[in-house]
Amino acid sequence: MPALMTANRSVKTGTTVLLVAGALALSACGTKAPKQLPPEPGPATTTQTPGQPAGPVPGSQADFLARMMGSDTIHFGLDQYDIDAEDQAALAKQAQWLMQYPSKRATIEGHCDERGTREYNIALGERRANAAKNYLVSLGVDASRLSTVSFGKERPVALGSDEASWAQNRRAVTVTID
Amino acid sequence: MTSRPLTLVLSFALASTAPVYGVYAQSQPAPVPAQSAPAPAGQADQGLEADDAGLTGSVSADGAWQDLGIAITNFATDNDVPTQTNAGSTGALGRALSQVVASDLRNNGLFKPSGPDGLPQPAYAQVQAPDYPTWSARAANMLVQGYVRAGADGNLTIGCYLYDVQLKQQLMKGGWQVAPSDWRRAAHKCADMVYSRLSGESPFFDSKIAYIAETGPKDHRMKRLAIMDSDGANHRYLTSGQATALTPRYSPDYSKILYLSYLNGQPSIYIYDLASDSQKLIARTGNPTMAPRWSPDGKWILYSMASGGNTDIYRISSSGGTPIRLTNTPGISIGGSYSPNGSQIVFESDRSGTQQIYVMNADGSNQHRISFFGGRAATPEWSPRGDQIAFTHIAGNLRVAVMSPSGGGLRYLTNSWQDEAPTWSPNGRIVQFFRTEKTSGKSSIWQVDLTGKNERKLPTPVGASDPAWGPVRP
Repeated sequence: MPALMTANRSVKTGTTVLLVAGALALSACGTKAPKQLPPEPGPATTTQTPGQPAGPVPGSQADFLARMMGSDTIHFGLDQYDIDAEDQAALAKQAQWLMQYPSKRATIEGHCDERGTREYNIALGERRANAAKNYLVSLGVDASRLSTVSFGKERPVALGSDEASWAQNRRAVTVTID
Repeated sequence: MTSRPLTLVLSFALASTAPVYGVYAQSQPAPVPAQSAPAPAGQADQGLEADDAGLTGSVSADGAWQDLGIAITNFATDNDVPTQTNAGSTGALGRALSQVVASDLRNNGLFKPSGPDGLPQPAYAQVQAPDYPTWSARAANMLVQGYVRAGADGNLTIGCYLYDVQLKQQLMKGGWQVAPSDWRRAAHKCADMVYSRLSGESPFFDSKIAYIAETGPKDHRMKRLAIMDSDGANHRYLTSGQATALTPRYSPDYSKILYLSYLNGQPSIYIYDLASDSQKLIARTGNPTMAPRWSPDGKWILYSMASGGNTDIYRISSSGGTPIRLTNTPGISIGGSYSPNGSQIVFESDRSGTQQIYVMNADGSNQHRISFFGGRAATPEWSPRGDQIAFTHIAGNLRVAVMSPSGGGLRYLTNSWQDEAPTWSPNGRIVQFFRTEKTSGKSSIWQVDLTGKNERKLPTPVGASDPAWGPVRP
């Protein structure tokens, strides 16, 4: 379980994506070129990473991380568990990958910042993980493929005791199971 | 990781001969302050029995008895022979016993005892016949003397005497027979006897604490289940740390510990049996379970279970059976602490939007909110005396506070960056909690009395959190 997101956790950049009525259709907007097209016709057709000739094995957690570019993680406001527009975009991206590899299962880890009590934070982390799971299910991912686990405030990724660190730690991280 | 069944070897009746003549049990601490204790008007610790009515009372360790001069002398022995204790011979053990008594009384901010170092050492024959002029000359108000004797079976007999120097009178005595490994318990019993006699409060030193030992960096911290005596001695780890352990609770008879473990991946409540060093899940739910609690009689267990993001409180018999759901509202209802008579439960819920404190009957009926003072309120723990509820108040910083069971009389006991998860001393006069340092995230266990003035850090080998104080041992 420690093999999670280490690199792309800081900011929720990525492409700006609009979610259309809970459907999976994504329409990239803005000036940036889309990094990938929604339905992949088949594996191993992309050649978008010239620096890495081999690249991660398609359908692996490494592939998921590389494709998500930070969108494996969504963030929450203080004491909140609602899925905002930015989270919706990230989860849509996750759902797209999960639909592409229908045999893959995933665990959604819920986390909290350190400024709460320990037990409540375990329950709150569970609630956040569930919110993410429910949204993925609403996008068509089979609920039986998704499990949740809460780590409360026990596993921070940002180690400071400041607002910026707390904002990073209030998160739900999707980890696919290889 | 051997398990030592908590066989009780203490015997209050000192069935032995010299030097104790009149032996009587010290089972009921006399609720009478020592006669020689000056009690200036307005200072006396009256009105302790604050009830449900929202009184702010219950301030301990604020009486004049705190200023008593108590001399604690080396416990004498009739025969300096080897023992099976880790303290050495009976002579060395006598010294160690008196040191434990002195540090018990000193470290809790209750008294300012002197000795045993730097004080005259009574001979064995003087244990029962104090040299009063010597102690008067030293301006001692109270004198604690004792002895230790080794029995042929390896067990130890330890006697403890409290004298009023000015009255030239014995106030209290106690004697205990203990196995060598339990010698510190006799010292705690002696300290309890002195404390109870002089303060009028119930004893608490002879008790144990379960907690979480923490090591390692903030993002990869190992959290192990551990136990220790109330003074930090006899420390022992119960889990290896491979699975994160959190939020232990000692059973009232000290035979088991409820705690949360990530052993199977999900946070789940296990019941750990200390005699067999084995554990089992309290409920096979398939859902995460957390926040375990015992009823005061040990017959019931409260736990909280998350399902679909919602968390509610359940009750199950400690011998198993079908869980009963006690809360049923949208949101997170969690924790729960029984009133001393077991009729009510104080718990935490965010059903109103933020964490607040509620009280319900033990069957789940009549749920009503009691915290209405702003901020968030969490981790309520009902005092063993019934008159106060300790909790974590969150308004920026996290602070430990108390209020009455009706929600009145909010009073902060601590003022630091992050103090949380209070647990009561068996007599309801002291609260332990854990404090987290900003940035480093290092945690440590602290305690504070109800005045909020006498605060100290407990000595633990490594970082420490989630203290759970058990009852006084019989």
